[in-house]
Amino acid sequence: MIEFRDAAVTALDGRGGNVAILHPTTLTLTERRVSVIGGNGSGKSTLARLMNGLVEPTSGAVRITARPVGSAASDAAASDAARDPSPTLGVALDTVRHGAAVRRHVGFVFTDPSAQLIMPTVVEDVSLSLRRHHKNKRERHAAALAVLEHYGLAALADRSVHTLSGGQRQLLAIASVLAAEPAILVADEPTTLLDLRNGRMVGDLLMGLPQQVVIVTHDLELARRADRTLVVESGRVVFDDAPDAAVAHYREMAARP
Amino acid sequence: MTITSPLGAYLPGRSVLHHMRPGAKLLGLFVFATVAIALRTVPSTIVALAIAITLSLIAGLRGRDLWRVTRRFAIVAVLLFSFQAWQHGWERGFSVVGTLFALILAASALTASTAVEDTVDTVTWALGPLRRFGVRPERVALAFSLVIRAIPSILGVASETKQAARARGLDRSPRALLIPLVLRTVSHAQLTGEALAARGVGEE
Repeated sequence: MIEFRDAAVTALDGRGGNVAILHPTTLTLTERRVSVIGGNGSGKSTLARLMNGLVEPTSGAVRITARPVGSAASDAAASDAARDPSPTLGVALDTVRHGAAVRRHVGFVFTDPSAQLIMPTVVEDVSLSLRRHHKNKRERHAAALAVLEHYGLAALADRSVHTLSGGQRQLLAIASVLAAEPAILVADEPTTLLDLRNGRMVGDLLMGLPQQVVIVTHDLELARRADRTLVVESGRVVFDDAPDAAVAHYREMAARP
Repeated sequence: MTITSPLGAYLPGRSVLHHMRPGAKLLGLFVFATVAIALRTVPSTIVALAIAITLSLIAGLRGRDLWRVTRRFAIVAVLLFSFQAWQHGWERGFSVVGTLFALILAASALTASTAVEDTVDTVTWALGPLRRFGVRPERVALAFSLVIRAIPSILGVASETKQAARARGLDRSPRALLIPLVLRTVSHAQLTGEALAARGVGEE
């Protein structure tokens, strides 16, 4: 569950004043699938980044409550989670005061996977996410290979991340985030840089996850597959309803001169 | 972004170097560098170059890769050799440039044969005793690996910046090459920091 309590974000405008990036927002997101749509520069990404503390609210608060995930990304990672359940599961965590704990429970997928992949090879990147659970290198490597197998990336394990296609990179970025078993996944335009086939593949993957998923997207078909859709415009959530109604509202808004 | 140099890039393989412990390789590189710099004679430089080239080939680097490293080093080599030869004679010029090149190749052999993750584990282990003094070995090791990882990434950014400048007919403009390179490198560092924060890495 994600709660916004009058959460607002401002930035310096370069003339000594402040400009609102996100106006005070109060929301409670409990649905398993939430999509966020809106124009460029409307504040969607700021809203998403507030959810795992990448951006801190200037005023107000954002809290998350992580629930145990139904099924896991990999058997190896799942057994770890079962052996060592996080003490912060089920507890409301403030994204500012409990930033590290929040980021353990809220995974974040960036638009450009190149920005997200940290290690040079595919298996090493997944291993990086598993360091917290697996101190033993062999176990960690085996768990990373299991995660890659789960997402159909096992054949690419030793490949340099720089040599992957756009679709493979985004899939790897998602796999690396999910390897850490987050309870909530926030994806900021995860299909924007992908072709139709890869976009659909990533969309299907995200929609099929057991986690609570928040997707910021320009893909209105993907947005319609959510349980609830927020429309963001000029730093405000201007519409919050079922996906069909929200998409219709957004289309109407975009058609205005 | 593309990898344009073997320096900093890991090449999976099964060579002797790949099987050696990262700590032993780091120590070996340290000893090699110390001896090569201490001796710095023409014969010792030739031996150092021969060893470094052999290590590079064992690590999986090929002629094409060595040529790339040589080409990048060429401008510095010419300037350095000219200055040293003018000041101290060609023997000194050769030994300084040759030793430096041998160290670059030996370092390339190390990074080509060592997965970054292994380096992280080794540095974490080596710094373990400093934990009682407040040092966080995992963080230092992560920073170490990010520096290694940054080399091919920044070279990739440099290559793309050069191509972008060339596409606009500005390939001879230092400003068109340097400013985007600096800005994109800073942006790259910022994105890497965000990616680490987003995955909670380094916060445990």
